[in-house]
Amino acid sequence: MSQNFRLENIGLINRNKKLSFKFNGKDYFGYEGDTLASALIANGVHLVGRSFKYHRPRGFFGAGVDEPYAIVQLYRNGETEPNIKATEQELFEGLEAKSVNCWPSVNFDVGAINNFLKIFLPAGFYYKTFMWPKSFWYKIYEPFIRKAAGLGVASIEHDKERYEHKYEYCDLLIAGSGPSGLASAYAAAKNGARVILAEDKSRFGGTLLTSEVNIGNKSGKEWAEGIISELKEMPNVTVKNRSQVFGYYDHNMLVMSERISDHLPETKKFHPKQRLWYIRAKEVLISSGSIERPIVFGNNDTPGVILSSAAKEYLKVYGVLVGKNPLIFTNNDSGYETAIEFKKNGVETIILDTRKNPQSEIIDEAKNLGINIKFSYVVVAAQGYKKVRSADIAKISDNKEELGVIENIKCDCICVSGYWTPTIHLASQSGNKTKFNEDIDAFVPGISKQNEKTLGAANGIYTLNETLKSSFETGHELAKKITNNDNKISFPNVVEKKSTVHDKFWCVPLPKGKNYKRFLDFQNDVAVSDIEIALKEGYRSIEHVKRYTTLGMATDQGKTSNLNGLQLVSKIENKVVPNVGHTTFRPPYTPVSIGAIVGREIGKHSKPTRKSPMHSWHEKNNAVFVDAGVWLRPRYYKQGDENLFEASKREAKNVRANVGVCDVTTLGKIDIKGPDAAELLNRVYTNAWLKLPIGKARYGVMLREDGIVMDDGTTTRISENHYHMTTTTAQAANVLSHLEYYLQLVWPELNVNVVSTTEQWAGAAIAGPKSRDLLQKLFPNSDVSKEGLPFMGYMEADLFGVKARIFRISFSGELAYEVNVESDNGNFMWEKIIEAGQEFEIQPYGTEALSTLRIEMGHVAGSELDGRTIPYDNSLEGLLSKKKDFIGKRSLIREAFTAEDRQKVVGVVPLDKKTSIPEGSHLVKDSNAPLPNPKLGYISASCWSVEHNNPFSLAILKDGKNMIGEKLFVMSPLKNKIIPVEIVSSHYVDPKGERVRS
Amino acid sequence: MLHIKCPHCGMRSQNEFSYGGDASVKRPELGKETSDEEWNNFVYNRKSLRGKHWELWQHLSGCRQWIKVERDTATHEIFNTLKANEEIS
Ligand SMILES: [Zn+2]
Repeated sequence: MSQNFRLENIGLINRNKKLSFKFNGKDYFGYEGDTLASALIANGVHLVGRSFKYHRPRGFFGAGVDEPYAIVQLYRNGETEPNIKATEQELFEGLEAKSVNCWPSVNFDVGAINNFLKIFLPAGFYYKTFMWPKSFWYKIYEPFIRKAAGLGVASIEHDKERYEHKYEYCDLLIAGSGPSGLASAYAAAKNGARVILAEDKSRFGGTLLTSEVNIGNKSGKEWAEGIISELKEMPNVTVKNRSQVFGYYDHNMLVMSERISDHLPETKKFHPKQRLWYIRAKEVLISSGSIERPIVFGNNDTPGVILSSAAKEYLKVYGVLVGKNPLIFTNNDSGYETAIEFKKNGVETIILDTRKNPQSEIIDEAKNLGINIKFSYVVVAAQGYKKVRSADIAKISDNKEELGVIENIKCDCICVSGYWTPTIHLASQSGNKTKFNEDIDAFVPGISKQNEKTLGAANGIYTLNETLKSSFETGHELAKKITNNDNKISFPNVVEKKSTVHDKFWCVPLPKGKNYKRFLDFQNDVAVSDIEIALKEGYRSIEHVKRYTTLGMATDQGKTSNLNGLQLVSKIENKVVPNVGHTTFRPPYTPVSIGAIVGREIGKHSKPTRKSPMHSWHEKNNAVFVDAGVWLRPRYYKQGDENLFEASKREAKNVRANVGVCDVTTLGKIDIKGPDAAELLNRVYTNAWLKLPIGKARYGVMLREDGIVMDDGTTTRISENHYHMTTTTAQAANVLSHLEYYLQLVWPELNVNVVSTTEQWAGAAIAGPKSRDLLQKLFPNSDVSKEGLPFMGYMEADLFGVKARIFRISFSGELAYEVNVESDNGNFMWEKIIEAGQEFEIQPYGTEALSTLRIEMGHVAGSELDGRTIPYDNSLEGLLSKKKDFIGKRSLIREAFTAEDRQKVVGVVPLDKKTSIPEGSHLVKDSNAPLPNPKLGYISASCWSVEHNNPFSLAILKDGKNMIGEKLFVMSPLKNKIIPVEIVSSHYVDPKGERVRS
Repeated sequence: MLHIKCPHCGMRSQNEFSYGGDASVKRPELGKETSDEEWNNFVYNRKSLRGKHWELWQHLSGCRQWIKVERDTATHEIFNTLKANEEIS
């Protein structure tokens, strides 16, 4: 296709590099330096989408970040991304894009029927229309809305791209590289400040690229290029294009997304696609400029109605005409600048100016060029469906309420300028109290809350001379404050054409008998009539009006619609705009891809994976792993085609019959040293610790101050002032923080040091009736006999030249030991145990068998110590010292904790001795009772008892003490199970605890 | 993200710290008789203050020290930080 709308001799694109691309399946070409939007317009494509609600045809409205219409689905290098603004997406070779929100196609759209049904889709249509009948929602309304509305489609494929995060500090962060950004960055950099200058577009310079000004005898563009190349050479300056500062957070932290590869056909090797910068800046300068706002008139959403500044940018940057027969509709001098550019490039325009008789240098220039200007004229309505074909225009009375005779004139686009709105998003996000500036009919930043200043157009200053002057000064002052340097920058001579005041006119009245849609929010299809309905229905707060009508809520966040919406509310409510106020600006300023926010923390990188030193052995021996907190632990060791159930049963049985070995490296370990170590233990544990002899271990339970069990474990006295504490795998970090809290803040007088040694020791639990025989073989020179190493005993021993710690403690309820060696020797220890254990028929066992063993023994663990139970509930009340105080003791006398029918751990066996009981099931008296069936308790853990060869569960049951022998029902609505059960003691195996002491 | 001055390590980002609640809460002495009201106030009752507030933070991914931070709960402004053993004046 030929580029009918491309001019020969204007623009900043590289005409030596042609790029081909596809849009909605058709082939086109553009040039390097184009955006998708400019390339499409050059090819005469103006219809790019359908609107959100009425599915009206959509074209281009802006040329950048403010674009509400031209949202496309992008295809790049085998991946797809939704909601890309065609005005921001740079063209690359092979780019493919499709319209969104059009079904089945952009030219024939089923949803456009909404346009004719619009009477049924007024303000609040989400809340009203689809609400009744309720049963229609899932089957009819929702699928329809999902298909016919919405923007792009998110990919369900894994994103192959890489995204990075970067943390940076600087003296000055400057957001925006227009005249104010460049001037302040230059002045600050010359005074030695560390500066980051961020520009969201690919080209630096902002409005300097398109305005006819002269700075120091250079064109605006040349001056900008000179400053940028000087800044790039300075070591204290970071200059970033394609980088949007989108969020201003507390303590002057800002977040910027840098699009590194989005403009390339594919990401270069070792490069990320995007990088998110977390920047902590001493000072922030907001030089984000301003956005032209529309004037509201009939059918003002027709493709071809475009902001006048965007028309100028397409012309001057891309050499593209948005139309060959443009009509300019303006209330200020900016429209004239666009008309002059058209004229210079041989395109005739008509200017409709709402003002009666304005006088300025710019207007004079337009007059001298012979441009046709109609004063006190307005566009009443655009005509044409998929593209503007003509405009209904009329003279407007001085009071702006009466329209004259309507005339129709031919045109192929309407370039509209309703004056400028400062981009105050970042300032507002920082907590700045914005104020309304009557001169420009817009909000500007007011009192800063953080170290931030707003410059130039973003601050409502619209002349270049004033902007540059204040920006040079501010950059200089701020840098001086930080670096103490005081290099004055000579201020360049600025030549710009003078303009005159704008007209406060923003909305064209409806002619008699006409009911044109006059849109305020172009992306969400919010028209003047919607706001009127919302107000009639009693919505007053602008925040409520926004949510009810969806004004300003789409991906463009109302960049072009907010102020006109406020104007309308203030007019109807008869309030001045500042009293209506504006809705809160929240980050992000523009959409940020989820990938960039997540960065590298995906999949395995979202948290560290910890592996024990024996991990490779487990892998070699067919271990199936399970996540245990941050650790990977063997769940079972698969033999042949065993499943989890069969393997864990075999492993558990072997522990009961012979001997097993389990990797317990993951248990939390805390080294405790100091003369007051015993006193600390005595305060944090519920039982007595002052008389524990050296070389002995003791089981302990610690509580929170509210009496709830926090953790349990054994602590061993290694020497006089040295203890070794173990915690559960899950609570290890919390227990350490807990001890540090009491030592540092509550009892600083205790002379104790605590440090985590979890990673320093590798641990193996050796359990089963033959474990002592195995130990004897492993430690031939140590006395590990019943007398030499009694239950809860501890010794240090030599494991074939390696120093080992042996604890006689048991989690399985069998005769058992735990052997610890320094982590580096973990694998050596493990292999020695397996080797020596062969004659005792040793088998490794995983967490599933470990659970089985502890459940049938009635040992409480994480599923019972779940942050809701007290010691009594877990039958641990025997460990509560009556003689001393400890953390949480005072809470245990609370009424609920001492109730006669307080819950308690019990055992549960199905009457048929066959049916497995799902964990989490409820216990009830009567399975047929009407709902809600009173719940007596819940199943905390279930296993297949290898000792009894039937299912067995632990439960926390109301009045558990008196329920032994009762018949109840287990109900699991999730699994659709009702199981009759008998309540038994939680100690299902060896209730007297003889084996551990054997 | 807040920027907190650890009295031991200097300015650090919030993500190195964990929050620990009201710094003015004093634990009743061990072994001392306490009324239900006293105990409830210690365990449960906290004011949700708007404005300046002394609170505890732990420099978890740094020096692991618990510190006291004077922060405005509405604006997040931080006025002062103290070591655990320094008294709030
Ligand atoms: Zn620190």
